[in-house]
This record gives sequence, C-alpha cells and structure tokens, in this order.
Amino acid sequence: MSLTWLFEPFRHEFMQRALFGCALIGFTNGALSAFIVIRRLALMADAMAHSLLPGVAVALLLFGLVPGTLFVGALVAALLVAFGTQIISNSSRIKEDTALGLLFACSFSLGLVLISFSRISVNVSDYLFGNILGLGDADLWTIYLISLIVLPTLVALERPLLLTVFEPSVAASQGVPVSTLKYLLMGLLVLSMISSLQAVGVILALGMLIAPAATIYLLSDSFTSMFWVGGILGCVGSCTGLLISFWLNLPSGPSIVLVLGLIFLLAYLFSPKYGIVAKLLRPRHLHEASLARWKPRGKA
Amino acid sequence: MSYHRLEIKDLTVSYKRVPAVHHVSLELRCGSCVGLLGPNGAGKTSLFKALVGLVPLETGSMSFHGHNRRSAISEIAYLPQRTTVDWDFPITVRCMVEMGRYQALGWWKRFREEDRRAVHQALEAMDLEDLGDRQISALSGGQQQRAFLARALAQEAHVFLLDEPFSGLDKPAQDLLGSAIRRLANAGNLLIVSHHDLRTVRDLFDQVIFLNGELVAFGDTGLVFTAENVQKTFQTHIFSGSAHEPDLAV
Repeated sequence: MSLTWLFEPFRHEFMQRALFGCALIGFTNGALSAFIVIRRLALMADAMAHSLLPGVAVALLLFGLVPGTLFVGALVAALLVAFGTQIISNSSRIKEDTALGLLFACSFSLGLVLISFSRISVNVSDYLFGNILGLGDADLWTIYLISLIVLPTLVALERPLLLTVFEPSVAASQGVPVSTLKYLLMGLLVLSMISSLQAVGVILALGMLIAPAATIYLLSDSFTSMFWVGGILGCVGSCTGLLISFWLNLPSGPSIVLVLGLIFLLAYLFSPKYGIVAKLLRPRHLHEASLARWKPRGKA
Repeated sequence: MSYHRLEIKDLTVSYKRVPAVHHVSLELRCGSCVGLLGPNGAGKTSLFKALVGLVPLETGSMSFHGHNRRSAISEIAYLPQRTTVDWDFPITVRCMVEMGRYQALGWWKRFREEDRRAVHQALEAMDLEDLGDRQISALSGGQQQRAFLARALAQEAHVFLLDEPFSGLDKPAQDLLGSAIRRLANAGNLLIVSHHDLRTVRDLFDQVIFLNGELVAFGDTGLVFTAENVQKTFQTHIFSGSAHEPDLAV
C-alpha cells in the first residue's frame, strides 16, 4: 500500500506555510492560555476578539488591504474597547463584564456597518475562521514577531505574573506592580489575538487560547506544566487538525478547533484525578476499616 | 536583650477622604503575639493594608527597626483572609511556599540550595512536610492557614500580619494554629492577629490592640483586656465603620 497520501501535504508550499503558522500560533496561544484560563478571561478574550472588527474596517476604508494597517487598526480598536470597559466600570455602577459585553456588541456592529461602506468585499466567515491556507509572507512575519514578543515576556515575568494571578494583594504587598502586570497581560492577549486573527480568525484564535490550558487544568496541579504542556498541546493539536483537514478534505480552521475540543473531551472524561469516569468509579462506600469501627457503636 | 520594634506614628488611612483608621500610634516589639480586636469595619484590615502599602497613608508613618516600609518590605508578611484565595489554583503546597522566596530571588534567578532548604524548613516548622505535594484545596482550613504561615517563614519575614486566621476553624485546628503562632512569637517574630472570638484572647495574645476607627486601648492582655475596653470598642461606633470602608466588603 502506498503511503504517499501521508506525506502529500508536506509537498505543497501553502501547506508548509500553514503548518509553520499553525505551530507558532498554536504554541504561543497555548502557553498564554494558562493565564487566560486561570484569570477567567475566556469571555473577555472572546469579546476583545470581536471588537477588533471596526478597527480593521476603518483601516480597510482608509488604506485598503494592507496587512500593516489592518494590524494597527485592530490594535487601536482593542485598546479602545479595553480602556472604555475600564472607564465605564470604574465611573458607574455598571460591572466590568456588562460594560465589556455592551462595548463589544456595539463595536462589532459598527465594524459591520463600516465594512458595508467599503468597496472591498470582506467575507465575515473569513473574519470568524480566517484562512490559514492563504498565509502570505507578511502574515508569517507578523505571527513570528508577535510570538517572539509574547513568549519571552511570559517566561521572563512568570514569577510576578504567577503571584499576581494567584494573590494580587500579597503580590502588591511584596512590591510587585500588580496593575501594570494586569495591563501587560491584556496587551499580550490582544497581540496574540491579532496575530491569530489574520491567519485563523476569531473563533479559532479563541479555541487555541482556551482549549490547551483547560485540558491541562484537568490533568495537572502545576501551573508551569499548564504553561509549557499547554503550548505543546496547542502546537501539536493545531498541526494535527490541519493535516486531518487536508487528508479528509475538510475546512481547515474548524478542523483544528474540533481536534483541540476532542482532546479536551478526552481529558474531561478520562483524566485520572479530575475526570468524570474516575469520579464515577471512585468507591462510594465507606472504607472497610471505618465500617468496622462504626459497627459496635451502631449496635449499642 | 533588645527587640526589633515596629513603630506606627499618627497613622491615618482614608477612603475618599473619609477616615477608616484615625491617627493611630503604636509601638510593638518582636517576640510577642498581639491581638487586634474591633468590630466589623473598625479598620483592622485597613490597618494591615496600610502597613504593607496596599492603601496610601493619609497621615503618619511606620518603621521597622529604623527602616521605613519600603526598605523593610521583605520583613513584613501579609496573610489575607482565607476566603480571598482561589483554592482550585493549580499549585501544590510546596510551590505556594516557594512563592515566599520569589522576592529574595528576584524575577529570574534560579532556585538555589538555600532556597530549597528555607522552603523545607518552613514546611517542617508548620508540620506540613508530608503534605508538600498536595494541591492546596486538599488541605483543611487550619492547614491552609499554616501553609500561609510557612510561606511567610520562607520569605524570612519577621512581622506577620494575620487577617482573621481563626475564623471558620474548629477547636482542634484553632489549638494547632494557636501553638504554631506561639512558636513563631517565641522564636523572636512579631505577630499581629486580627481576631473576633473574645473568649480565646487571654490564651492567645501577650498584648491586645482595641481598634474602632481610632485606637481605643493598647497594652498587655492582663491589664488592658477588660470589660470596660471591650464595651468601649464594640458598643460605641466612633466612625460608622462599614459605610466608610467600601474596599473591606470585597
């Protein structure tokens, strides 16, 4: 039997680019996901991702389809929404999640309205799922540079970040600049969101930002392994999804998310410590020794 | 024998210009265990937060052994209430105690032999060496509180600020924690413990601070822990506490 189909994807340049992009984005987002899951920023990340749209639209209207300006547009939009959220929640009785939800809905809608003015036709499903098979040089460079910023920053600041997410008040009492670090984390989230946006779209970026650490969270009690193994899982899972999509002729973005989701499901079911099956199999009756100890008292 | 001293001079903490702790002056010495007593909203947590720099001082200053707060930062450990911590955090007891070393190590330096030793000794001193590899939610309430103490020990702090450590503990756990605190004081540390249960005050503390917005009384437990002071502190509200301390509600 011929195995050429197995190596077929590696022969195409577009697949090589896609695999390279996937591996990098998968690793960066997978590592960052440890912080997203622990800080409970998952929905925040989702909202942020959607709110990038008007920035992209304005950049499109003003400058046309140039990667650099799209990047800046998205960044500005994300920062405006992030700061707007802080301003609204700090200056009124509206809570942060409400403010964010409101701003993101308005922002996304504004983006759609603005895009309708643009003569360039933009496919919203491309925005949601991206087009990893069409990665250009500029996209790969953006992904590469952003990974080069995000990963070393996270590694270098692991200790203060860990203290900050675990116990902000204790961290502050030790002189850790807690609020600066929180903003930095937000900034890194926006950066890696944008790097994934061009390549894989909003939904996929979100999947990569949540699934890996959520999976490891069910398997391990160590934050460090959530970070590193999360990165590896994101990388391997994404590439596997991409290859499967090639072999089975499925849409690539959704395949990647589904593979990551499937791995999560396996951990949810079969994790030795926190899995559902392990929980069901755990003996429910009292330990023999305790039963023996209780018996005499019961009779008396 | 001379003791290191924690000196608090004319300290005022306020939230939006409304004072929560009002012109408090105290001089505490190492080697003693001090109870901080007062009703809800009396400013106990605010006082702690001010001592570790979490809230700005309106007036006054503090110093430890002649150093101001900034240069004595590693000497003072703040142990917040247990309820403020996410116990599902993916971290083992040992890793949490290791966090106490972060300050000495800075952000990048590798763990050295002496760091490992300090962590081991801290776990041992708090009778937690067998539980080091457990995830933190697998500890009982008393053990969690001792794990906090172990982290402060690993930090090599000499002033321990404990915010309601006894609340929610049953009698045996309270006794264990009480004796751990006593050992730390006997070893030359200063422990300031905010506390609710007036019945156990005499057993636990060498000195007591009565606080209700402002300082009501301070001194040796035998002299100051009187019905009159209790009455003064818990009945009269000098500042109507909770309304002025929105941050305490968190």
